[in-house]
Amino acid sequence: MQLQLRGMTKSFGDLVANDDISVTIEAGQIHALLGENGAGKSTLMNILYGLLRPDSGEILVDGSPVAFGSPADAIKVGIGMVHQHFMLVPVFTVAQNVELGDERVGPLGFLRTSEAEEAVREVSQRFGLEVDPAAIVEDLPVGIQQRVEIIKALTRDASCLILDEPTAVLTPQETDELLAIIRGLRDSGKSIVLITHKLREVREAADVITVIRRGRVVATAIPPSTSETELAALMVGREVSLTVDRGTSSPEAQTLQVRGLTVYDAADRVVVDDVSFDVRAGEILCIAGVQGNGQTELVEAIMGLQDRVVGEIHVGGTVTSHPETRRMLALGVGYVPEDREEDGLVSTFSLAQNLVLDTISTSRWSRYGIVDYARIDAGARELLAQFDVRARDAYVTAGTLSGGNKQKVVLARELSRDLTVLIAAQPTRGLDVGSIEFVHRRLIEVRDSGVAVLIVSTELDEVCALADRILVMYQGRVAGIVGRDSPRDDLGMLMAGVVPA
Amino acid sequence: MSAAMTAVPEAPAIAPVSPRRPLAMVAIAVFLGGLFTWLAPAGQVTTFIFNLGQQFFEIPDWSVNSRTAAAAFALIAVLAALAAWPLHMRRRSVLWPSAIMGAALIMSFLSWVASDESLPVTGLLQGSLLLAVPLVFGAMAGVLCERSGVININIEGQLLAGAFMGAVIGSLTVNVYLGLLAAPLAGALIGVLLATFATRYFVDQVVVGVVLNVLVIGLTGFLYSRFLSEDPDRWNNPPRLPNITIPVLSEIPVVGPVMFEQNLIVYLMYVTVILVQLGLFSTRWGLRVRAVGEHPDAAASVGIRVNSVRFRTVVLGAAVAGLGGAFFTLGSVGAFGREMTAGNGFIALAAVIFGRWTPLGSLGAALLFGFAYNLQNVLSIIGSPIPSQFLLMAPYLVTLIAVVGLVGKVRAPAADGIPFRKSA
Repeated sequence: MQLQLRGMTKSFGDLVANDDISVTIEAGQIHALLGENGAGKSTLMNILYGLLRPDSGEILVDGSPVAFGSPADAIKVGIGMVHQHFMLVPVFTVAQNVELGDERVGPLGFLRTSEAEEAVREVSQRFGLEVDPAAIVEDLPVGIQQRVEIIKALTRDASCLILDEPTAVLTPQETDELLAIIRGLRDSGKSIVLITHKLREVREAADVITVIRRGRVVATAIPPSTSETELAALMVGREVSLTVDRGTSSPEAQTLQVRGLTVYDAADRVVVDDVSFDVRAGEILCIAGVQGNGQTELVEAIMGLQDRVVGEIHVGGTVTSHPETRRMLALGVGYVPEDREEDGLVSTFSLAQNLVLDTISTSRWSRYGIVDYARIDAGARELLAQFDVRARDAYVTAGTLSGGNKQKVVLARELSRDLTVLIAAQPTRGLDVGSIEFVHRRLIEVRDSGVAVLIVSTELDEVCALADRILVMYQGRVAGIVGRDSPRDDLGMLMAGVVPA
Repeated sequence: MSAAMTAVPEAPAIAPVSPRRPLAMVAIAVFLGGLFTWLAPAGQVTTFIFNLGQQFFEIPDWSVNSRTAAAAFALIAVLAALAAWPLHMRRRSVLWPSAIMGAALIMSFLSWVASDESLPVTGLLQGSLLLAVPLVFGAMAGVLCERSGVININIEGQLLAGAFMGAVIGSLTVNVYLGLLAAPLAGALIGVLLATFATRYFVDQVVVGVVLNVLVIGLTGFLYSRFLSEDPDRWNNPPRLPNITIPVLSEIPVVGPVMFEQNLIVYLMYVTVILVQLGLFSTRWGLRVRAVGEHPDAAASVGIRVNSVRFRTVVLGAAVAGLGGAFFTLGSVGAFGREMTAGNGFIALAAVIFGRWTPLGSLGAALLFGFAYNLQNVLSIIGSPIPSQFLLMAPYLVTLIAVVGLVGKVRAPAADGIPFRKSA
């Protein structure tokens, strides 16, 4: 099936997400849409899948125009989508998820479970996507869940498959498997659209690359003839260096020590299992691992944000067995939370207010319980300039900023105190390349000023760029702690729970 | 290469089990069982009567020494609680031991309070079922709505609307079956309001539900004083549904008189529960309703129209509640009274939660609440040593204990109460 998008334009308020985009996707081709977060890739694909309506522009299938009012219309012409956030009902079985919306029923609408399971088995055998049709989806690892999504599209006879950031949640090995599956599908004549911001995958798998920047198509490239650096430059719109000038670390005394930390979740599951490690002053320890292997809970436990925690945490010379947030802050622990929208900022507060959230009760900003706004504003203006936050003034609400600027505000707040430890979870997730560079540089500076830095990241590139040592987590445990120069393959194996010899 | 690899040992997936729950069960069984045994007078006899009407054979009345019986049932309760211990530690369900313990404690309690009296067991159960009927309908309405992702705090109003319209139409037409038809329509009408505000205007569902309750109470109250109490013969004198005795089945001892000598609404209740259970879990319709309540984005991505599924399910649920409301006016009381549903809708909501959003579980919970209501009635008739004020508290106490204590961890439909809006 040949799929053509012509002159697609879509705006949300003032923001033009897609500006006159034209793309042609040929049958039997893997077509990558490359662009930064917010470049407009997902908007474009949501239009193609009938989830959004374009302001103008048309979709042509094999040369004839079509109009999609809902995903049902897109499915009908043979477009299938694997969403970044899986569209699977967690409490349903694989077969139920696959058949939803296109159920196999007998008289009176009764479900024919065995037929539905057989249909899944048939497709999974034909395309080599192994999965148990009777398994409950929430019990499956994410890699398998993604398979279910692909099967879901294939059972609907999709001849064009759109994959939205499919590798974001996968281990490197799972990524390789997925790319192999995608190639297999292409060879059987399907057209594949791969939406991603990861250069490596694009170069590995794509037949054609369309680069999108700020809602416009800026280039079409053929992989072997275009290098990663060139692609990055196209994506960002200027020359970027893909590496951080990290200098050398000079680690000193052990500052943060975690001993035998175990965390239980609300459902009694062990999410962090007997984790111990040290971070020395002046070094960066990166916690690598696939999303959902206990990193989030580990960091929250250290910061006193988890309920059921066993184990000891040493900061400087102080030992805590039941960490409490206020105490950890007082000990000089800075914290950049994973979800900056929810946990990092109060989006309806001004930047100035956000910058003093954790220090408002100190004599610096208030006296006898009365807040001194003049001083807070002066301090805020200084910090905003220092951290290059692009905002009209210190009074705009935090919610109106872009992701990169939000993260700069969080960093500015945390670094405005005297720190001994800085914990940053997913510090660059969803940021544009410019902001990523800025954040990385700052983190290195913090390290060089003698702070113990703990970074959690699921991006292996980021881990390799920043870390002095790397701790890999798998299923709540420490799979291994290795030096920064370990081969990526070893890291990938550790992330899959396999210890390389 | 694989020979050189070692796998990281799999994490033990779960936290150690806390014995708190079986401990609490044993403590409750020992304390209450001991209390009832101590209170039961040793020299007196408690008689349990099982016969009611014409049956295949008669179960002889059962007369026992009050204290001995109380002690024996207390022992059964303690044993059941102890049996729950190893099950709980192995993470098995303790539903059955809990149920046995509860039943044994109730029998122990009855041995005490009915000492020197005769307790009509079959009559007690029959009355319990009758009092549970509106609760069961209300709970089915709740299960339907909440499975589709809309919180229905408006069950009370839907019951009341059904009761009102059932009475009025039944009276005006002098036809009980037209009244029975009008009741679900009235419920559905309230449901249309709830569904419109919830799925079209995305108003907070709890707020809309409360407002609609107030609306129905006010409206029926106004019409009641304006018309129904002015000319009750014309407006508020519906014929009552006759009892239908099912041949053969009704002659089974205990079960027969309880279940098969009832009016049409009770039989409709059996059908409703079965239809809701089968419908939700075995049909395409049910799969879609549950998908919409669990993960509406997923449902939308395969072309299911989320808000229209929700709209229809809410209206259907409200119709079920309306039918249940008719039981007040056409089945039991025989006339409409101001606010006659008296909180039944909220108890039904508790039954939904206690029953973990499943039709059968909610049915069980509603029956339990009905039993608590009727126990209070029966005990005040036969005369019991407990002050009546305390007995009046019993149903609510049972509700509270059930919802807070015994439910444990429950999981509501994931998208329950969250409005679904398309991203643009």
